[in-house]
Amino acid sequence: MAEMDTSSGGGHKKGPGVKKGKKLSTRVDLTPMVDLGFLLITFFVFTTTMSQATAMNMNEPKDDKIEDQMKVKESAVMTILLGKGNQVYYYYGTLTEENASANFKSTNFKEIRKLILDKRNSVPNGDKSKSDLMYIIKSDKESTFSNSIDILDEMSICAVPAGHYAEVDISETEYKLIKLTEQANGIK
Amino acid sequence: MPKVKIPRKSTIVDMTAMCDVAFLLLTFFILATKQKPPEVLAVAPPSSVSSKAAPDKSILVTMTKDGKVFLMLGDDTKKGAIIEDINTTRNLQLSGQELAKLKKAEFIGLPLNKIKSAMASNQVIPATSMEGIPTDTTNNELTFWMRSVTNVYAGGDQKELEKMLLVKGDGETLYPIFKNVKTAFKANEIFKFRIVTDSESVPAGSELYKTGKTVEN
Repeated sequence: MAEMDTSSGGGHKKGPGVKKGKKLSTRVDLTPMVDLGFLLITFFVFTTTMSQATAMNMNEPKDDKIEDQMKVKESAVMTILLGKGNQVYYYYGTLTEENASANFKSTNFKEIRKLILDKRNSVPNGDKSKSDLMYIIKSDKESTFSNSIDILDEMSICAVPAGHYAEVDISETEYKLIKLTEQANGIK
Repeated sequence: MPKVKIPRKSTIVDMTAMCDVAFLLLTFFILATKQKPPEVLAVAPPSSVSSKAAPDKSILVTMTKDGKVFLMLGDDTKKGAIIEDINTTRNLQLSGQELAKLKKAEFIGLPLNKIKSAMASNQVIPATSMEGIPTDTTNNELTFWMRSVTNVYAGGDQKELEKMLLVKGDGETLYPIFKNVKTAFKANEIFKFRIVTDSESVPAGSELYKTGKTVEN
């Protein structure tokens, strides 16, 4: 391909005194070009980020009247609170003044998956959609958008059936507890 | 015994074919790569395991890191009708020329009372100096925008609107901003929407991984 036929193609003999021109090969060494080609390919492949944006579905509940709100069993409820600095707090059942110190615990996004699963396994029929299992997610004013998406994502990762987790507004007592814990743990 | 002569072969290999392949691949990759449109608003969305691709045709609410909210009406949505609707319902008194200019704008990021003056002036306000659509609890203007959107899509397929409505936010946006956006949606009876996220693989060994399903809901 890269060569050309340089032979004089037979016939036509030159005279005795005529010197033959030196035959120069037109063959080009293509190795550097191949190197360059593959280098560019490698470069493009590595620098291209395959970032296909995905979309996550969000279903918001209608704002019900207090009396229409769903009642959930206390033993099957886990409340997850999202705080400042990617901190996660949680408690089981209801939070009262007496049990706050023992029941209100802090954790982080790495540990929460295990806690969600433990709760799920502790509730009878935890993996079935008809069970009483319920996760309540409350976001603090200082938590970020990515925190609330991450926790919803954890719910999908743990295969919690839809309708078994809900976002609820944070209460004043919970907010105060978070602030106190943050101060105690020195989270800024 | 006669010596066996091993013919000396040249080690030069013809590189032409390989060169062709290399450049063919290079050309293919360059042409097959979809160019990402330059983003005016720099936003780093959080990641999720959801595997559904975000639709191209969209009404997008963007939340930036510093808490500003922008509305982008995609070109193939009923953009013109939405802008005309808000002009009449909120009495913005935009002239025909100003309306046309607003329709051409890539995104909306100004309070309603500043739109007229901004459209009347010849200067183009850069995205970074726009103050965003106010979403405070006292003055949630996104509610009005969403009302115009629902007005325009009223009577049509509600599902179509649900599919188009996207919320994209920087991971570091504070939660109250997101809550305000949700409030604006809820005020207009929009309960379903989608959140734009970066894709992330399902962690190995997790419950979702065991089921082998993908999140497509």
